Amino acid sequence: MSASRTEDLHGAAAPARAPFSLGELVRRRPESITFALLVAICVIVAIANPAFLQPSTLIDIGRASVVMGLFALGVFVILAAGGIDVSFTAIAAFAMYSMTVLVQSYLPGLPIVVIILMATLGGALLGIINGLLVHHLKVPSLIVTIGTQYLFRGFLLSFIGTVWIMSLPPQMGAFGRMPLVQFESANGALITLPFYFLVLPVAAFVTWWILNRTLMGRAIFAVGGNADIASRLGYSLRTVHVFLFGYAGALAGLAGIIHVCANRQANPFDLVGTEISVIAAVVLGGARITGGTGTVLGTLLGVLLIVVLNSVLVLVGIPSTWQRLVVGSFILLAAAFFVTRQRKK
Amino acid sequence: MRKTGGQLAMLVVINGVLLVAGALISGGSFLSIFNLQSMASQVPEIGLLAIGVMLAMCAGNGGIDLSGIALANLSGVLSAVIVSSFLSATDSGTAFSLVFIAGAILTGFTGGLINGLLISRLNITPILCTLGTQMAFMGLAVVVSGGKAVTVGSPELLSSLGNDMLFEVPFSFLVFMVVAAVVAAVLKFTPYGLWLMLIGTNPKAAVYAGFPRNWVLIATYALSGTLSGLAGVIIAARNVNVKFDYGSSYLLIAILIAVMAGVKPEGGYGRVICVVLSAIALQLMSSLLNFGGLSNFVRDFAWGLLLLTFLAVGRYDIAGFLLPGRHLQTPSVPVPQAPK
Repeated sequence: MSASRTEDLHGAAAPARAPFSLGELVRRRPESITFALLVAICVIVAIANPAFLQPSTLIDIGRASVVMGLFALGVFVILAAGGIDVSFTAIAAFAMYSMTVLVQSYLPGLPIVVIILMATLGGALLGIINGLLVHHLKVPSLIVTIGTQYLFRGFLLSFIGTVWIMSLPPQMGAFGRMPLVQFESANGALITLPFYFLVLPVAAFVTWWILNRTLMGRAIFAVGGNADIASRLGYSLRTVHVFLFGYAGALAGLAGIIHVCANRQANPFDLVGTEISVIAAVVLGGARITGGTGTVLGTLLGVLLIVVLNSVLVLVGIPSTWQRLVVGSFILLAAAFFVTRQRKK
Repeated sequence: MRKTGGQLAMLVVINGVLLVAGALISGGSFLSIFNLQSMASQVPEIGLLAIGVMLAMCAGNGGIDLSGIALANLSGVLSAVIVSSFLSATDSGTAFSLVFIAGAILTGFTGGLINGLLISRLNITPILCTLGTQMAFMGLAVVVSGGKAVTVGSPELLSSLGNDMLFEVPFSFLVFMVVAAVVAAVLKFTPYGLWLMLIGTNPKAAVYAGFPRNWVLIATYALSGTLSGLAGVIIAARNVNVKFDYGSSYLLIAILIAVMAGVKPEGGYGRVICVVLSAIALQLMSSLLNFGGLSNFVRDFAWGLLLLTFLAVGRYDIAGFLLPGRHLQTPSVPVPQAPK
């Protein structure tokens, strides 16, 4: 993936400056802390329970990070521009469920590519509503998106349906099962890395490209740094807001349809409620919640950290009831850490 | 401050209209003493949380308290688990109730204090901090209770707080009114109230004017946490059990009430009386939807729509447009700022 390769090069270049300073590295590349933390956790868990290093566990982690990773990329883009979004899970639930209902009852022969495109487009439309509201109401985007979260989810549950769809249209199920890599583990079980896993690196690359190689990326970071100055420099805040939320919505729609295909069922009550861990992942990846900073690589590392945390607690013998407390403490620790580092500079 | 009267008048009108509409739709049974009592006893928990949200919003600089309902549940759960380990709710009801109430309020205060310290001393953005503490508080409640509902039972004092009437008014509603009055008085008559609003209006100027910014922030979040603790007590009093995930939609509703009450999300303005009236209006609307036989999901949809509508009202001064005579005011110049 070229996104991470380029960023790795930058990361490697930073410590080469003399004199080497760990503090400098952390300040320039906050995600190096995330990476160190991730490695530390993996090593500890691998020592405590070697079962962790089985290919099946690793593949499970890879699979589990796709949906969260897509969400996180959207949240990261919005966070980079100084906003925040909590409605993306509702958008995903809306897109996935209404799309499944549509295909099942009206358009059974629709090819999977069209289904995915339509879900993505639908997500983008809902996201654009968010963007327009955030721009025109001039209130913190947190409050607007809390409102739209209830709006979208309430609309879905009251007007589209609450029935749990257990049997998907065949083409969606087939997409969820399509293998990318398949091999047999030592105990004879068949382990599959599904094809949809590829969506995450592609989306990460596109996000990286938008942020680092286009004028829109410039505009996003400029608005995140200081919206007033950005608008005086001639960036249209309206375009940026609409693009941001539209893009995040598109990623959420995509994540929703992949979630359905991967789980082979469509539950309209799914997904909503996971926003906080996604935001936590992005913040743990080094993006500042006040905007203007962060990298795609850091975001992906943050997602991996949260997914690993969620899946290893049980492996090392910590009851799953502790999961929320641990993740919550991680958010606070990371926030405190990054803030103190910033102040020392 | 000129806007104050308009907001207050609008909320009074909304409440009146809702009562009349309810009476018309239900043929009078909406205004029966029983229905009024049951509505009044549902207001306090959410009203207390909304006052907490209002205080945090007034502090400005992206101030918001997202941990309210999680902290309320934690207060109830933690206090119930600890107190019932050495006191029995059935044998020594009054003692149990007193210790339980003290424990819950203390938990709320401590949680709020933690929020305040993290925000003021470590400079963590309030959104991020309270998101983190929300998760941590909820997680702690899960750990303490093992993810199950904790039975409080109905010891004498506590159950009378939740269910009894005083002069036909639910006791919990009276407690809510008293607490709201105290908070309103503190905001109006103490230096703290003035500092809070001025810090929300212009943090930089407030610091140069020598206001104790850190103390005001700590006090604000501690007060908000204490109110959450009190909400936890009332939740425990009205329900026999306390559970970590009670009232999952209260977060939105508390913010909705604050926004409906005209509290400025960017800080510096908010009135307790408006929050109380807007909490009552929301309860009336909720009961009306119930009378109409609509599902909870439709209610969620309506709340989302309502929140956005009131944000639009605040933005475009529709209240002033609908109430002629208020045109003369120069609309306050919108301060451009980054979405937080």
